[in-house]
Amino acid sequence: MTDILPFLKSLISVSGLSGYETPVADLIADKWRPLVDEMSLSRVGSLHGLKKGSGESPRPSVMIAAHMDAIGMRVSNIVDGFLHITNVGGIDVRVLPGAEVSVHASGSDEELPGVVVMPPARFLPESVGDGILTINYLLVDTGLLPRDISRKVRVGDLVSFANQPFELAGDVISGHSLDNRASIAALTICLEELQNKPHDWDVWAVANVQEEVTFLGAYSSAFELRPQIAIVIDGAFAKGPGSNGWQTFPLGKGVGLCMGPNMHPFMHKKLKELAERLEIPWFLDVTPDHSGTDAFAVQTTAEGIPTALVEYPLRYMHTPVEAVAVKDIQRVGRLLAEFVASLEADFVDTIVWE
Amino acid sequence: MLSFGNAQLKLLEKLCNVIAVSGDEGEVRKIVLEEVEPYADEVKVDMMGSVLAMKRGRARSGKRMRVMLDAHMDEVGFMIVADDGEGLYRFETVGGIDVRHLVGKQVLVGRERTPAVIGGKPVHLMSGDERTRKVPVDALRIDVGIAGKAKVGDRAGFATKFRRVGPSILSKSIDDRIGIATVIELFKQSLPNVDLCAAFSVQEEIGLRGAKVAAQYFNPDLAIAVDSTPAYDLPLYDGSENMSYNTKLGLGPAIYIADGSTLHDPRLVRFLRETAEDEGIPYQFRQPGGGGTDSGAIQRSLAGIPTVSVSVPHRYTHSPVSISRVDDWKNTINLLHAALKKITPALISER
Repeated sequence: MTDILPFLKSLISVSGLSGYETPVADLIADKWRPLVDEMSLSRVGSLHGLKKGSGESPRPSVMIAAHMDAIGMRVSNIVDGFLHITNVGGIDVRVLPGAEVSVHASGSDEELPGVVVMPPARFLPESVGDGILTINYLLVDTGLLPRDISRKVRVGDLVSFANQPFELAGDVISGHSLDNRASIAALTICLEELQNKPHDWDVWAVANVQEEVTFLGAYSSAFELRPQIAIVIDGAFAKGPGSNGWQTFPLGKGVGLCMGPNMHPFMHKKLKELAERLEIPWFLDVTPDHSGTDAFAVQTTAEGIPTALVEYPLRYMHTPVEAVAVKDIQRVGRLLAEFVASLEADFVDTIVWE
Repeated sequence: MLSFGNAQLKLLEKLCNVIAVSGDEGEVRKIVLEEVEPYADEVKVDMMGSVLAMKRGRARSGKRMRVMLDAHMDEVGFMIVADDGEGLYRFETVGGIDVRHLVGKQVLVGRERTPAVIGGKPVHLMSGDERTRKVPVDALRIDVGIAGKAKVGDRAGFATKFRRVGPSILSKSIDDRIGIATVIELFKQSLPNVDLCAAFSVQEEIGLRGAKVAAQYFNPDLAIAVDSTPAYDLPLYDGSENMSYNTKLGLGPAIYIADGSTLHDPRLVRFLRETAEDEGIPYQFRQPGGGGTDSGAIQRSLAGIPTVSVSVPHRYTHSPVSISRVDDWKNTINLLHAALKKITPALISER
C-alpha cells in the first residue's frame, strides 16, 4: 500500500469551503487522473472519476462518494480594517478565538493570513458578559492597515482555517478539514488498490460539493450517475476528552460500518461479512435517524439507491484540530477496494429483504 | 536613529518561536546569552534563572549612571499535571490565559517540542446551553497522539509561528520577546555615560518575581522596564467611540504614567516625553489604569529605585496570536537609545 500521508497532508493544507471547492478539487483531480479512465465535473462542481470494470457492457456501476467541502467563515462586514464574519456550515464558535485563518481576499492575488479575535467584555453588550461569544461579536485581524483592507477585502470573501497539519504520535494526523478530506484519502487508496485488482463493475469515484450545507453534491451526482449501488465515506465520532457516549469509537481501532434507516441492510451485511473474512477490524455504528451524511441524500435519489455508509473514527469533529489514525483510513480504502472486486455481475439481483 | 532591518527582525523571530513558560525560560536564556556575551563586561545567570549582563560606559566614574533595563523572558503557557493514558494529559495554565482561547489549538510540549492539540467535544454531540458555555481547563486535555508520551511537569506553549504581514508582526509571544530583543539591541550600542545593567528576567507572568531579585543585585540609579502592553483599539459593537483602548497600534512606544502596581517616576516620564519630542519620535501615553509590569517590583526594591516603563503595544494579549507594528518597535528602540545617550545624574538628583 502506498503512503497516503503526504497526499492527506496536502488535502488539509488547502481550503475548499462549501460552494467554493475548486482549490481542493484541483488537487484531487491531479491525484486521480492516472488512477481513472475518465474524469469530469458535475454541473455543480463535484468531481467524477470513472474507473471502468472488465465486465460485459452495459456494466453496472457502484458510486463511492466522499464530500470534499469544508466548513469555514465568510466576511460579513468591514469596520476600521477589522472583518466581521459569519459561518459557512456548522462552525463551532468555541474554537474561533485565537484561530489562525486565511482571508481569501477578492482584491488580492494572495490569501491574507489573519487571526480570529475576541473583543474584551467591556466592549460588548452586558448580556454577553465573558462567556462564549457568538460569531457576530468576533473579528478577524490581518495585521494590515484599514486602507489596505478596504482595497483588498470585500463583504462575502471567504475565510478558512489555516493551521498546518500536525503529525501526532501513533500515526495520528491532526488538522482542519479532515472531515472529510480523510475520506477522500480513503477513496484514493481504494482507487490505487484497484489498479492491480480485477473488477467487473464500473466504479464512480466522486468528490462531492456542499455536504456541510445542503448535500447538494450527493443529490446531484447520484442523480446524474445513477449507480446501481452507492457507498458514502465519512467520519464517525472518536472517543476522546468530553466524548465517550454510545456514538463514539476508539481512534485507530478500525472501520465503522453504519446501520440505520439511511443505509440498505443488505449492503451493510455484505460489507460486514467481507470485513470479517479479511480480518479488517470493524465496529458497528448505529444512527436511529438522519445519519448527518451524504448517505441521507443518495438513498432517496431517483428510484432509490441501495446505499452503505463506511466510516473511520475522527476526534474533535468540526474543530481545526480534528484527528484521525492513518491506519483506519488505510483500512477503509482496502475494504472498499475488496468490496468492489467482490461484486459479481448479478449482485443487484441478489439483494434481498429479510 | 539606529539602523534597523532584517537582522533585528530575524532575532525577534528566533526569540518568538521558542517556548519559555514562566519557570522554564531556558530556551530564551540560551539565545540571550549568545547575543549579549560578546558585548558584556560581566554576565551571570542568577539563582532565579534570570540573565544579568553588565556593560560599563567609557566616561569616567562620577559622570556615569547605573541604568537597569529590564525585559522578561517568560511567557504564559501550560504545565502537564497528570497522565490520563493513551496520550491524553491533564494540564493547568501558567499565567493569565483566557480559557476561551484553548479549544481547537495546537501546542508544543516539553523540551522535545512534541506536537499536540487541545481538542473539544464535537458540537454535534452537545445539547442545550453546552454550546454557549465556557469549557473549563479541567475538562480539556492535551493530546499528543495515541502512542504519545509526555511527562508530568512538562511545559507546553502555543504552536503558532512568527510571521510578518505588511506593517505588522504576528506571534504568540510578542509579550515580551519584543522587550528582550529591544534590550539586546540596546546592549550592543556604545553608551559612554551609562553602566548598562541588563536584566533578562524570569517569572514576570506569575508575579514579577525575577525582576525583584535582579534589581536587588544591580542596585541601579534608575530602571526602565521594557515590556509589551495590550492595545484594545478595536471597534465597539454598537459603533460608539472606544474610550478605553489602553494603547493603539501605530502611535509609537507607550510610556507608562501609572498602572496597578506603579506610579512611574515623573522625572523619568517627563524625560522620555521630552526626548521623544526633541528627536521627533512618535510616542503615546498608556492610558493610566490597572495591569502592571516588572517596574512595580523594581521600584519597591532596596531603598527604592526611580523606575519607568516603556512598552511596544500589541493586540490580543496572552492569546495564540498577538499583533504588533514593526514601526512601533523601531520607535521604541530609538526612543530608549536616544534617552540612554543623554541621561545624566542630574536627571534624578532633583525632583
